[in-house]
Amino acid sequence: MKSSAEVFDRIASRLSDREGEVAVSHGILVANLAPGGVLAAARLLRDELGFDVFLDVTAVDWPGQDPRFEVVWHFYSTSHKVRVRVKTRVPESNPSVPSLTPLYGSAAFMERECHEMYGIGFEGNADLRPLLLYEGFVGHPLRKDYPKEREQPLVAYRPGFELGERG
Amino acid sequence: MSAERRIIPIEPAGSPGKSAAFEYISTRKDELIGWARKFSIFPYPFVTACCAMEFMAVSSTPYDTDRFGAALPRFSPRQSDLLMVVGTVTHKQAPILLKVWEQMCEPKWVMAFGVCATSGGFYQNYAAVPGIDRILPVDVYIPGCPPRPEMVIDGIMQLQDKIARQKHVIVTKDF
Amino acid sequence: MAAGPRIANPVRSAFAPGERDDTVVVSIGPSHPATHGTIQIFAELSGERVIRADVHCGYLHRGFEKECEAHTWHNCIPYMDRLNYCSPLINDFAYCDAVERLMGVEITRRAVVLRTLLSEYSRLCDHITCIAASLMELGAMTAFLYMVMIRDYMYEHIAALTGARVTHSYGRIGGLARDLPPGWLERLEEILVQYDDFVGRVHGLVDRNRIFIDRMRDVGVLSQADALSYGYTGPMLRSTGLALDLRKDTPYLAYPELDFEVPVGIKGDNYDRYYVRMREMDESVHMIRQCVEMLEPGPINVDDRRCSFPEKPLVYGEIESLINHFKLVMEGPKVPAGEIYVAHEGANGELGFYLVSTGEGTPYKVHCRAPSFVHMGGAHKMLEGYQLADLVPTFGSINMIGGECDR
Ligand code: SF4
Repeated sequence: MKSSAEVFDRIASRLSDREGEVAVSHGILVANLAPGGVLAAARLLRDELGFDVFLDVTAVDWPGQDPRFEVVWHFYSTSHKVRVRVKTRVPESNPSVPSLTPLYGSAAFMERECHEMYGIGFEGNADLRPLLLYEGFVGHPLRKDYPKEREQPLVAYRPGFELGERG
Repeated sequence: MSAERRIIPIEPAGSPGKSAAFEYISTRKDELIGWARKFSIFPYPFVTACCAMEFMAVSSTPYDTDRFGAALPRFSPRQSDLLMVVGTVTHKQAPILLKVWEQMCEPKWVMAFGVCATSGGFYQNYAAVPGIDRILPVDVYIPGCPPRPEMVIDGIMQLQDKIARQKHVIVTKDF
Repeated sequence: MAAGPRIANPVRSAFAPGERDDTVVVSIGPSHPATHGTIQIFAELSGERVIRADVHCGYLHRGFEKECEAHTWHNCIPYMDRLNYCSPLINDFAYCDAVERLMGVEITRRAVVLRTLLSEYSRLCDHITCIAASLMELGAMTAFLYMVMIRDYMYEHIAALTGARVTHSYGRIGGLARDLPPGWLERLEEILVQYDDFVGRVHGLVDRNRIFIDRMRDVGVLSQADALSYGYTGPMLRSTGLALDLRKDTPYLAYPELDFEVPVGIKGDNYDRYYVRMREMDESVHMIRQCVEMLEPGPINVDDRRCSFPEKPLVYGEIESLINHFKLVMEGPKVPAGEIYVAHEGANGELGFYLVSTGEGTPYKVHCRAPSFVHMGGAHKMLEGYQLADLVPTFGSINMIGGECDR
């Protein structure tokens, strides 16, 4: 088994052909790519570099910045025992990235979660029904502008209790 | 709550020399039914979250709710009379909880097990219902995150007291 | 429902009932006696066979991430406990480890060994709970009672250390909440001896029990390729025969110094998953004994004023310490800006924390990569093609933990 530094060098040289910066941070290789390059990079990672486990996708909301959302993927290689993080920025007006469902089965559920929590669209994932939230929930709760305590009950409260009243 | 005990007066048989002490008893109907009902609670565990770990402990050997006649969980709401809401109820779960409660036959009681069911606990946000009493009437609240088994047993005993003190209507208006 | 949707339905099935006229769609859960945990499965049945399954989770989504963003780095710790509430200590330590690495804090030797010991102890509790619950669902009530009995000894024992039976909140950024109480290690050894006794009885009851084998063998088979594609980790992945374990592969805490094996299964069916968990428990016991040997006296918290609290007598006697205490409580430890992903081997698989800090006392984002959630994404693979009744042992052996799955 090669040391992780060598593995990172090799991956970095392959990933940086497609315009983007690549750096190592806290033991993880981080690649900043354009939204269009994510699917190709993921395919490269899976097919040629041995990153066979797709760990996670999530987003970070930076209100006031442009582009507003940062979408973050993590991959793990069972042969090299290292992780890679792929990041991209998408604007609020068109928060859309390619879906990784053609490559990894696990992408389906995780993209559904990211979609409902942040409103990120995943092109190519046909099934973006609510997963952790429910039908009829309006808004994206993990966006910074969603108030923490705004409830959307499905069942009307009994008389004497008011929405938003605590304690 | 007063710890006063309800005792069913048992009158010994009149004729001296006879040892049959239990030929007849005299009591009030409500007390008799309450006494019978309080020792035959069939709980429906509506188990959602971390409190389930304590629920498992309470209902098995070390703490054993069988001593209170409340051991046998009924997994059909139609056969049970105590709804134990164990854990956080979220807004997504609320319709299901209400449906289960509506399927239970009268008389029925509801126990809020843990602070999440009682008040939402420390989940005060868009997802959690701040207390199931917003959705159903609750008879006994057990605080704690999760409550210790002793507290649960105390809760069951308080519920028993409550049942014993209740009016037990046999033929209801809309029978 | 004749009255129409007076009570709204929170989910929508992927396939409408009546799409085909030779099948029936049944909805199982979310409050179902045979599925511990709140999950809803729409199963399309042809006879007794499940041909399509649509798994819905989210009934326990409690806004974990949103809550963390509203609390200081320290105050988030109780929320970690309630992710995987069967093994809270592993969550605590994984989170603390992530924050410490972001701050560049190196914890003391005693804290490292204690964290390793307690992680394994927690894993033991988790596997016991998982196996107890899934055996009970198969009707093996005696095994359940044995397992819960020994688990209760462990709970009381951990409560003597942490103050709570289930939700311990014992990890601290930069160390641990408090040191071991006197006599704790002696009691630990007693419990481990009793554990052997109790688990031995369970082995005797079920391992070669015809009914048990018939229900578990060749049921819910997961192929290795599917397991990787669906992101499976932990005992689930190991049951398919792949010896992947973060404790070996990406060493953290004191694991590189310990001697242990990684048990694997043969074909990834329910029986393998049961057996891998049973073997892992024995390895955990072995590791706990080694950790007890390695334990040396020393401080349990780093002496770093950015994260650990000053001693109580100093807080009362010295203005600098008082201010320090105040700052840590009111504003929280200032974690340098940056992002980090740290994963520990949780009881169910890779438990990762992705943290984003902007240099404040509160996290900007705390994301948990929860193994249960990922496992649910591939659960339909293990249900389709088997009988409806097989759903119960299969689901039990996945060990879905609601708190972690839905966060
Ligand atoms: S009260 Fe505490 S232990 Fe119980 S469900 Fe709520 S958070 Fe979990």
